[in-house]
Amino acid sequence: MSAFYTGVFKRDLTLAFRQKAELLQPLMFLVLVVSLFPIGVGPAPEILQVIGPGVIWVAAILSSLMGMERLFRDDFHDGSLEQLMLSGMNLNLVVAVKIFVHWLVSAVPLLILSPLLAMFLHMTFDMYIALLMTLLLGTPLISMVGAIAVGLTVGVNRGGVLLALLLIPVFIPLLIFATSAVDSAALQLPYLSQLAIIAAMLLLAVAFSPFAITYSLKVSQN
Amino acid sequence: MWKWLHPYAKTENAYALCNTLLPWFWAGTCAFLSVGIVWGLVFAPQDYQQFESVRIIYIHVPSAMLSMGAYVAMAVAALVGIVWQWRTAFMTMIAIAPVGAVVTFVALFTGAAWGKPMWGTWWIWDARLTSELILLFLYIGIIALYGVFDDKQQAGKAAGVMALVGVVNVPIIHYSVVWWNTLHQGASISKVDKPDVADPMLWPLLICIIGFSFFIAAVSTVRLKSEIVRREMHRPWVQKLAHNNGVTTDAV
Repeated sequence: MSAFYTGVFKRDLTLAFRQKAELLQPLMFLVLVVSLFPIGVGPAPEILQVIGPGVIWVAAILSSLMGMERLFRDDFHDGSLEQLMLSGMNLNLVVAVKIFVHWLVSAVPLLILSPLLAMFLHMTFDMYIALLMTLLLGTPLISMVGAIAVGLTVGVNRGGVLLALLLIPVFIPLLIFATSAVDSAALQLPYLSQLAIIAAMLLLAVAFSPFAITYSLKVSQN
Repeated sequence: MWKWLHPYAKTENAYALCNTLLPWFWAGTCAFLSVGIVWGLVFAPQDYQQFESVRIIYIHVPSAMLSMGAYVAMAVAALVGIVWQWRTAFMTMIAIAPVGAVVTFVALFTGAAWGKPMWGTWWIWDARLTSELILLFLYIGIIALYGVFDDKQQAGKAAGVMALVGVVNVPIIHYSVVWWNTLHQGASISKVDKPDVADPMLWPLLICIIGFSFFIAAVSTVRLKSEIVRREMHRPWVQKLAHNNGVTTDAV
């Protein structure tokens, strides 16, 4: 039984690492977008420090949207998703495993890159710690909520723009609380309440999103 | 308890119900909206601080309230559709969506027009305004998602899931003026005990809200009727209906 889910885990991980280009492109995009801002608004450290948290978060959301499509697309097109559905195993768990793998290969590199981005934008150490905490809590939320929309649009040709249209409004509350936490950290204020709200959203997503994703995949599979 | 609802899962019955309700909705619209708008825009007193521009309230508040109300109605329809697999529920959902989007736009537009003389700016990134803007994006996203599927039953399910995900935004809009210290004022009339709005302004406002509700219900019902007819074109009862009205379905 559990061998089945570890099998799914290993398979997804192997597939992800065999498509290195797809793995690296969103990260390159993230770094490029962040490095556009010092060029666009000027290199003054005090301005970059003020806009830094917002820039990193917006870039993180946009780059996650680019990589998101990969989540179910190949499995959908080669029919393995259908086989997983027919396997009689708990699809909610399968979906949860797939999202976990997606988070591992897309968000963890982002977390590893984050010190570099923070340095680009002259963030202080306190701000960086706050940024890291919000990214740690926020990126799984992005993966889970995003997967619902990916599940809905997987059967649609060229669903990429539509995916962004659907997801960006949903991510705005996350963006508000995450940047507000980093801003509080910049002023040496406590930011636990913002983190708590993001954590609450995350828990809600953990509880409900597997069901929503399973349903949306069934809709797409029709 | 909910058994009386079940016949309306059938499109023919739902269409008949629409026909029964529609005259009442239009009558309510004409009665309340004409009284409320004339009272509010002509006879209600002007504000001692805001002068004549306070009259925007008679459009702005009803449309803002109903932008959320329409969203909740749409989400309820989506939930009913997903749980009980009713086709008519999804049709209702997509009939409401564009109406809700327009009402949200009206709320934002009148708010901007009111903000210019009062706050000195058309737009400010205040929590209430931002969350209302998100609501507009959610409506547009749902309509867009519904549009990309050829199979409209599948489209209804997909858009329904998205509508339910977006429900989290509704309490955020409602409580945004409480949770954040915003430029937008707090709730003025939804307090249970004593509203902050003086009686001579409160009465036309309440009448306008009721009138707007009827108006939105009426427009949504018209849209639902046409949605049912469009989707059920091949059914005998629709063909008979068209025949009675002197329309040939072949042409459509």
